[in-house]
Amino acid sequence: MDLASLSRLNAARAARRAAVLVTELAGGRSEVLEEGDTAPPHLADAVRAAFLSGRSGLVETEAGQLFLNVHLPPPRIVAIGAVHITQALARLAGIVGFDLTVIDPRTAFATAERFEGVDLVADWPEDVLPARPLDAYTALAAVTHDPKIDDFALAEALRRGCFYVGALGSRKTHAKRVERLAAMGLAAEEIARIRAPIGIDIGAASPQEIALAILAEIVESFRHRNLAGATA
Amino acid sequence: MSDGLDPLLTAEDWARQGRKVAIATVMETWGSAPRPVGSHLVIDGEGNFEGSVSGGCVEGAVITEALDVIGSGAARMLEFGVADETAWRVGLSCGGRIRVYVERLG
Repeated sequence: MDLASLSRLNAARAARRAAVLVTELAGGRSEVLEEGDTAPPHLADAVRAAFLSGRSGLVETEAGQLFLNVHLPPPRIVAIGAVHITQALARLAGIVGFDLTVIDPRTAFATAERFEGVDLVADWPEDVLPARPLDAYTALAAVTHDPKIDDFALAEALRRGCFYVGALGSRKTHAKRVERLAAMGLAAEEIARIRAPIGIDIGAASPQEIALAILAEIVESFRHRNLAGATA
Repeated sequence: MSDGLDPLLTAEDWARQGRKVAIATVMETWGSAPRPVGSHLVIDGEGNFEGSVSGGCVEGAVITEALDVIGSGAARMLEFGVADETAWRVGLSCGGRIRVYVERLG
């Protein structure tokens, strides 16, 4: 590996961008490809598979044996709303392997007692997210029901390309939300990425079941996420 | 600066300080292996190291090989495990096998 490749790889990791280091075993040459970069044709399938699975390994190609070392940012969940559903989501997320941050300016909800051991920020999303930006390896779940709290975070999640954007609320509530987001300047196809009603359809009734449905939807979105460019 | 727990950051720091560096990478594992494919051990010309390619079973041997690689510049593939002839010298007590690629940085 050369120092330029190592620097590029470390910079991508620090910025939470997915990258794969490709090493040619015969010549020792190495190259860094970031997610969305156009991979050489003989590598495209292997690179795509590596980004999707997160698994590193040796591959045989017409250019000889190559080692693909894939570095994915650890996926995380940002929940807007320190509500009952979020208390259950915080527990389930840890089991499945997602870091989780809860943001809610309502200090009656956002208490350390209700969220023991959870990364909890009792402040407005517009004040928190500039310093803690959302990214493609973040899932955003907006569950306050309050447009004053949810809308900014939803818009920001769409602009930042979060792999999952979900919003709690009925179809009627969501229809009004779509209008507000459109008025904020978001395109219809961006807004259509929002998963609403939130959570896969398992007939969830209790807050715990809704949290499970949300988490299942997040896992599905992560494993099936779009890797445009990596296939070129 | 790195905190010493991320071997690739350590390797970059060392190289920028002008130190000679080798990077060892687990490229294949069979059976029960302590560290997954892609794990790194980085070594400088003085034998300082950070990271791991096993649970401490074969690091000594990898460091020795890495010093040769730093000297010669030629990368090499090492194999460790119970099926290897070095089993009684350096092996994996867990019964697995690993292949470790050692290359010079730069």
